[in-house]
Amino acid sequence: MSAAEMAQVLPLAVEYIRILPEVVLSLFGMAIMVLDPLVDERTSQKSLGLLALTGAVAAVAATLYQSQYAGVGFWGMVKVDSFSTFFHLVVTAVTVVVILTSYEYMEVQQIRAGEYYGLILFGAVGMCLMSSAVELVLIFIALEISSISTYVLAGFRRRVAISSEASLKYFLLGSFATGFFLYGVALMFGATGSTSIAVIAVALRSSPIPLLAYAGIALMFVGLGFKVAAAPFHVWTPDVYEGAPAPVVGFMSTAPKAAVFAVLLRVMFEANAPGRLWLIWVAAALSMTLGNVGALVQPNVKRLLAYSSIAQAGYLLVAFAVLPGNGIPAAMFYTASYAAMNVGAFAVVSHFAGAGERRVIVDDYAGLGRRSPLLAATLTIFLLSLIGIPMTGGFFAKFYVFSAALQADLVGLTIIGLLNSAVGAYYYLRIVVMMYMRESRDEAPVAPVSAWLGVGLGISTAATLYLGILPGRVLAYASRSVADLLH
Amino acid sequence: MNMHAINLDEWSPIILTLVTFIPLAGALLLILLPRRDRDIRVFSLVVSLLAFVLSLHLPVHFHRAQIGFQYELDRAWIPTPNIHYHMGVDGISMWLVVLTTFLTPLCVLISWKSIHERVKEFFILLLVMETALIGVFVALDLFLFYFFWEATLIPMALLIGMYGHGRKVYAAVKFFMYTMIASIFMLAAILWLYAKVGTFDFVTIQNAIRAGQVANFAGAAQWLFLGFFIAFAVKVPLFPFHTWLPDAHVEAPTAGSVLLAGVLLKMGTYGMLRFNLGLFPEQARANAWWVMILALIGIIYGALVALVQPNMKKLIAYSSISHLGFVVLGIFSFTQAGLDGATFVMLAHGISTGALFMLAGILYERRHTYEIVEFGGLASSMPVYAAFFLFVVLASVGLPLLNGFVGEFLVLSGAFQARAVYGILGATGVIWSAGYLLWMYQRVFFGKIRHPVNEILPDLDLRERVALSPAAAVALVMGVAPLLWLNAIDPAVHAALAPFEQLASKVVGQ
Repeated sequence: MSAAEMAQVLPLAVEYIRILPEVVLSLFGMAIMVLDPLVDERTSQKSLGLLALTGAVAAVAATLYQSQYAGVGFWGMVKVDSFSTFFHLVVTAVTVVVILTSYEYMEVQQIRAGEYYGLILFGAVGMCLMSSAVELVLIFIALEISSISTYVLAGFRRRVAISSEASLKYFLLGSFATGFFLYGVALMFGATGSTSIAVIAVALRSSPIPLLAYAGIALMFVGLGFKVAAAPFHVWTPDVYEGAPAPVVGFMSTAPKAAVFAVLLRVMFEANAPGRLWLIWVAAALSMTLGNVGALVQPNVKRLLAYSSIAQAGYLLVAFAVLPGNGIPAAMFYTASYAAMNVGAFAVVSHFAGAGERRVIVDDYAGLGRRSPLLAATLTIFLLSLIGIPMTGGFFAKFYVFSAALQADLVGLTIIGLLNSAVGAYYYLRIVVMMYMRESRDEAPVAPVSAWLGVGLGISTAATLYLGILPGRVLAYASRSVADLLH
Repeated sequence: MNMHAINLDEWSPIILTLVTFIPLAGALLLILLPRRDRDIRVFSLVVSLLAFVLSLHLPVHFHRAQIGFQYELDRAWIPTPNIHYHMGVDGISMWLVVLTTFLTPLCVLISWKSIHERVKEFFILLLVMETALIGVFVALDLFLFYFFWEATLIPMALLIGMYGHGRKVYAAVKFFMYTMIASIFMLAAILWLYAKVGTFDFVTIQNAIRAGQVANFAGAAQWLFLGFFIAFAVKVPLFPFHTWLPDAHVEAPTAGSVLLAGVLLKMGTYGMLRFNLGLFPEQARANAWWVMILALIGIIYGALVALVQPNMKKLIAYSSISHLGFVVLGIFSFTQAGLDGATFVMLAHGISTGALFMLAGILYERRHTYEIVEFGGLASSMPVYAAFFLFVVLASVGLPLLNGFVGEFLVLSGAFQARAVYGILGATGVIWSAGYLLWMYQRVFFGKIRHPVNEILPDLDLRERVALSPAAAVALVMGVAPLLWLNAIDPAVHAALAPFEQLASKVVGQ
């Protein structure tokens, strides 16, 4: 057997570097699972949490290291480029913040935390893999790794009925949606003879495009649309977000979404999906409108933020309806700033909720501005960013998306989006108003912010403000990955 | 574009940045300061005075005869999209900057005692507000402009909602939602322009439009004009977009009202002047007839409603609607006198209405009510206060030799040139304003003291006199020597009107 043939059988060393973050996360995840029964139950929360944090930080480092080794690996199944690095960083950074948030939360809720941290790391493996996979079957497997972890995480408040309900609902509907995705992959294979995105892209450039390909794209979009909570596949979101533990909601509303958007970008742009404009147009308009209108009447903060995340997914989808040159960087920037502000908002929510998540109603936030000025100020920054006020990442995110849409002459969709963001301002503002302008009935002191949570909040605040004041570098980086994606 | 090549001293390129961001820097330092209320007040006063002193550099070194923007600074900020940190002022915006820096220290003084809870947050918000307001007037990049424009919303909404009285939350949310929704239309117009021209730079866009290089401009121009106009009309506020204003004013703390009436409303009229006239002269002319009618309705309606207000603050709020109607009337007359007058009214109204709100606030501190029937005969118990009040009322109604007269006179003569009936109807507004203000004065200060509490009301203390005197002095100087202001305003207005002279010799609405 010649050396070249050997190379085809066994991957080269450098190819392992191209899955290094996934390997690091898996190793730490397995270590936690193994250690969980061994360490003392009273200290396991602290020691395993620290181990998980180390793993997540190591994954960030691995991503940075890996970025010097761009290229394909494992028989064309994974590809490391600036695009995948971008999403790896978003996912791993969110993981870091979520672990920092959970650390205190788990103690307050008195939940045994071993598997919890393991599942978060395993979920992150799937999400990282989604952003570097360039083969539909591997994407499917990565999607499942990520989904199954989040199904379990959603039910982690074992003693609470709505948490189990959330988990079951998410699991049933999610499996159904993944089925759609798989069916779409199969049809795509039938239409083009391959599951490799690069091959599909070539096949779809030659006309006539087979009808099967349209059906394949539509079915894949159903599956992926479910995962990002885009209307009309959003119905599960409020119930699941309400029931799941708050840090988990922070996790699953940002990291998996970022990863699925990475997949969507690959499928829609790199694979040159046919007929995407109207598919996206309708989904974006529906998500923005249903999300914002739904959020208007929510008394529960977690439900409110659930509807808000539907609306935010809608804004993000607008970027998919435009030309790739503008759309890809806009979508990537939006993903990053949405991740920063939403994970931050949920970090505050999970801290303030207290034992048993008692304080999750908007009215509970009354007087928070006086009772805990720093916590209120941080939440205000995230909420203003979600509205899209200047100086925050959310502003530039919306800005790039809508100016890209106008450059593509999508005036109708832009106006729908802008009007929606005005509606959105109302319900986000309700929380700010509550915090600063109403007096609280409940004078119980707000628990002081622990150092862990403080770091987590610091990271997400800094990211939100950085993206809002100096968005240039991130956007320039995102623009560079357009070339990677479109060859 | 680089007009500052002529020997201005080395401060010139950075002076606007300094003036704009010193208050913000002060606010950030305030966050670190311990919660000793007195220190915080003194510190805020020092910061706002520093900004004011620095802003005086602008009129002192301003080249009055020169057309175009001065003290310009143009740096790339964000590469994609092409956003520049482009600042500069002309004779119009320069005075609005000085008006802002002038009123802020007075706001600090007037809030000295009336704000005693969450003092630190109050002054942080006030200083952030100042930065945002100045930014609006100096930004020459549409993006930067929008940035500051939106940035004024939050501190003002919080000032009203946290420190106001009565239905403060309702007023704050109404204020926020009205202006936020309206400015979204402006954002859409700005984004459209960017999509077609590829820059946010005001001067570049203006030149591109004038040279006819913008694709599809003819079809979109009317919509773009309306997009900008709605945002500004709500801010002014022009009838029928005015309903947020009385609520916001009545519930706002005194300093909030002073900045709201004194400066914030001018953002709208300034925007009309700069953007509606500057970018879309043809559409401005085509739409002038209904804009002027709305302005006239505002003048008369505002005055009539003010006449019957039982609440002093609400009366002043409606008088603002009436006065700002004059500004819009002057702007859309497209005459030299009209625009000169409009700019002058903006400044004069800022000073005198600011002072009126301060006076109302002083009374509120003593009696915790704005209801006019609660007072009467105050001239005997508070003689100094009554004198100040009379002076400001006279300035506001347009007594010759005080600041109100000059602007209104110029606006009316501009309106007459445009169409006589506009001038005549506008002139009734002057009469009304004398009516409601003097009648209010009579009910508050003359007659017998009906409520025993009013007999022992303390007169103005030193701090209050210090806060009021500068406003009164400026009102007098502006009335006696308006040329000090007008000789800088005039060339800028001339430049703004240049495209209109090319358009046609007909003036308005034909």
